[in-house]
Amino acid sequence: MISISGLLGQAFAILLALLLAPLLSGWVGQCRAWFQSRTAPPLLLPYFMLQKLFNKDVVLAHNASSLFRAAPFVIFGCMVLACAIVPTLSTDLPFAPAADALALVGVFGLARIFIALAGMDVGTAFGSLGGRREMLVGFLAEPALLMVFFTLAMIAQSTSLVTIVETLAYRELVIYPSLAFAGIAFTFVSLAENARVPVDNPATHLELTMIHEAMILEYSGRHLALIEWAASLKLYAYSCLGLALFFPWGIAPGDNFFALVAAIPLLMFKLAIGGFLLAGIETVNAKLRIFRAPEFLGTAFMLAVLGLLVRLLLEVRV
Amino acid sequence: MPGLLSLDLLISAACAWLAIGLAGLVAPGNTRFIARFLFPLGAVIGIAVGVVALASLGGEAQVAVLAIGLPDLPFHLRLDNLSAVFALLLGFVSAGISVYAAGYFRDGKGTAPGLLCIEYHVFLASMLMVVLADDAYAFMVAWECMALSSFFLVTTDHRHEEIRRAGFIYLLIAHIGAIAILLCFGVMTGGSGDYSFAAMRQQELAPFWTSAAFLLALAGFGAKAGLVPLHVWLPEAHPAAPSPVSAMMSGVMLKTAIYGLLRVSFDLLHSTIWWWGVVALAVGLLTAIFGVLYSTVQSDMKRLLAYSSIENIGLIAVAIGLTLIFHAYGMDALAALAMTAVLYHCLAHAGFKSLLFLCTGSVLHATHERSLGKLGGLIHPMPWVAWLALAGVIAGAGLPPLSGFVSEWLLLQGFLFSPGLPHPWLNMVVPVAAALVVLVAALAGFAMVKFYGIIFLGQMREPALKDAHDAGPWEKAGLVWLALITLFLGVMPSTVILRLDAATRQLLGAGLADTLNQQGWWMLAPISAERASYEPLIVLVTIAATLLLARWLVRSLFHGRVRRGSPWDCGYHFEGPRAQDTAEGFSQPIRRIFEPVFRMQRQFPAARDAQPVYNVKVEDHFWYWCYLPIARLANWISALIVTLQGGRIAVYLMYSFITLLLLLLVARP
Repeated sequence: MISISGLLGQAFAILLALLLAPLLSGWVGQCRAWFQSRTAPPLLLPYFMLQKLFNKDVVLAHNASSLFRAAPFVIFGCMVLACAIVPTLSTDLPFAPAADALALVGVFGLARIFIALAGMDVGTAFGSLGGRREMLVGFLAEPALLMVFFTLAMIAQSTSLVTIVETLAYRELVIYPSLAFAGIAFTFVSLAENARVPVDNPATHLELTMIHEAMILEYSGRHLALIEWAASLKLYAYSCLGLALFFPWGIAPGDNFFALVAAIPLLMFKLAIGGFLLAGIETVNAKLRIFRAPEFLGTAFMLAVLGLLVRLLLEVRV
Repeated sequence: MPGLLSLDLLISAACAWLAIGLAGLVAPGNTRFIARFLFPLGAVIGIAVGVVALASLGGEAQVAVLAIGLPDLPFHLRLDNLSAVFALLLGFVSAGISVYAAGYFRDGKGTAPGLLCIEYHVFLASMLMVVLADDAYAFMVAWECMALSSFFLVTTDHRHEEIRRAGFIYLLIAHIGAIAILLCFGVMTGGSGDYSFAAMRQQELAPFWTSAAFLLALAGFGAKAGLVPLHVWLPEAHPAAPSPVSAMMSGVMLKTAIYGLLRVSFDLLHSTIWWWGVVALAVGLLTAIFGVLYSTVQSDMKRLLAYSSIENIGLIAVAIGLTLIFHAYGMDALAALAMTAVLYHCLAHAGFKSLLFLCTGSVLHATHERSLGKLGGLIHPMPWVAWLALAGVIAGAGLPPLSGFVSEWLLLQGFLFSPGLPHPWLNMVVPVAAALVVLVAALAGFAMVKFYGIIFLGQMREPALKDAHDAGPWEKAGLVWLALITLFLGVMPSTVILRLDAATRQLLGAGLADTLNQQGWWMLAPISAERASYEPLIVLVTIAATLLLARWLVRSLFHGRVRRGSPWDCGYHFEGPRAQDTAEGFSQPIRRIFEPVFRMQRQFPAARDAQPVYNVKVEDHFWYWCYLPIARLANWISALIVTLQGGRIAVYLMYSFITLLLLLLVARP
């Protein structure tokens, strides 16, 4: 069942996620700067930021509670777990049975609740505003994401991410029209969940347009570092999930060592393309007003349901 | 059968509860004796009931006949696996609530503690008798005892008019429900006049009559459980009742209604028709969406939880509907999956909702405030209650690794494997229903964040909150017990489901035990590990280990320094507690997106008001669509009858004369 090589591969995947995630954020920032004809910040900027923040003192607001101090660690833990169960390099993941696609959504939900509560903890206007908006985006995005997973689960007859990826990657090549709908819906949801334009703006400086940034205004030092790291892990997890589900080629089957080695540069290449496209999407779109977000995510939900119905109507032979 | 049967033990437990209640009458004014001695004793009996029920799971059904009641009409009692599951729920959850109540009830206005003690313990005993009853007569007696004792508990503080009104609505709907249940039993006897459940199982009814019985059961038990449109008593009665009573009603009493529905639809009626499932699914979905939307916009913490209970009952009804559909088509493995979701959600909801209601009780004691708009920042003076409530909130939001997620996960798995139903349009509709279930779950998260964030986090909205105190030792013990139940149900799903399996097997003839036994105890994989699996313990351990490791690494590689300062908040440093979101502000997105769902009255400030006032009142459409027209109709009919009542004796004599004449005309032999 659980082999040594599997465990090593699992540990390696987690380490790789921890290391690569800030790089991906840096890469997206750099592409954004290029698109906007700005001088790009260094690619390694997120690492410098993390190091700087870890070295700084934590300044807590006077009435910050114990929950406020625990939340960054909980969120970080949730994101590490999420990165551990998404098949990035290989499908031989001892952790994968711990949480299937539905439980993965739950793990993201747990992190969301903690960050929203932490945002409300100090009791500032922006914190609670951010918490409320985050929950708004959450309850709109979560059903769409689950519908995407439902479509995939029906294709693979399984909700286990590993089985889904194995089905899509190694079985005979079949074009599933439902996957196109699911893919678009997944892209929409990923944009919203990762606080990207058009739902949120990671680089915003206007208080009233913030969602994610509004919740973490009061954080500093190591707490902020962990939250930033967790946010980049989330982006990494979502990107890898999208790649694994819709472009699964190159993920190593089982414990094939050479395929595993070959999977690393392929993953980085795919992530680079993905990050580039993400920056492109962020550049050509304007941020929506907050009450346009339901329309945006409602579209995602409808597309996902459409994908599911297409799957049921056209692809299943009863 | 050697020695003492489990059933005998349970009957003795019910008697013991009654005795404890009567003992309260010995010294009705002695709060100390009643709270510190009788309630903990009731908790011990509760644990005993739970343990006996747990031990009897999987065994043969046991029957007994109690020669009480009317001559020739003894009480038939029966302990089978379904009863045992609900007795288990009652025992373990009530133990936590009783321990909490030991610290909660104190001297004050309202009902004397002795009366409260007897009402409370009669309530417990009658709920136990409801799940043990094996004939319609015993069932209805126990059911009515339960309704009446809980009515008196709801109106504990009967000096307030709105509490009396809440009690009246509760009693009214309870009786509408009881009439439907009575009719349902009447239909099921098939005219034989034998009201024992054993006779009902033997009856072969025509499809029309089985459907009538099912719909009556759905209406009758739905009224008790809070299915739309018979839910209106819940948000009135829960805020009115003392918190342990709300916890008991929401956590346990609503589940007896689910028990009744399961008993009738899967045990007493042996044939199942597929559209029953569709009806239950539709009503459940409507209830769940309605409940969760209204819970997000409430400003009273107990009303918020009451609506959240409506939502959870809706989800249970959805799962029952799914079970019925699968069962009708003979897909037993899937039916067993959905039934497991039903039973699991009953247990999970009983644990976390009681926990949350008890937490509101502690908040109420500490602050004398129920309105969310006047709370805030209570995590500082009440860390115990706050952290324990967090467990309830995570479970209530249906998130891993706690109990609410397990049942939700099972339910979604049931939905996922629904294609393959031999009914094309059901195949299309059922996944969309799944999408709505997910929406409900996500909105529940919103409601729970609102509940927790506004009560426990942020700045204190009133200066008096500084003097709030944490819960006392008895209250803490009760809360910890329920939090442990929530945690246990969350991380050990396989262990629990293997126990529940006996009940599933009894009702459907199929269970999950065989598949679960093939895997490790830590793994939940209802069909097979390749199809779907969930290991909450691993999830919990991974998150906790990462958390601790990250904390240790950060501290050892860098430093652990902390300074305290003013909040940053983009430099706006003149912010008092009023700058935070209020309860109304937090739910503004919901009111805006789902505007047609609510009946709102709003008062907006004008641009140049010196003291701007914003007011919003959200009411239930069902009052205006269902209840007020009926009330108006009743008023109108009474007004017509009043005109007959002139007050002159000659006119009354004439009425009698005319009636006599008419009768003679009509009833001529």
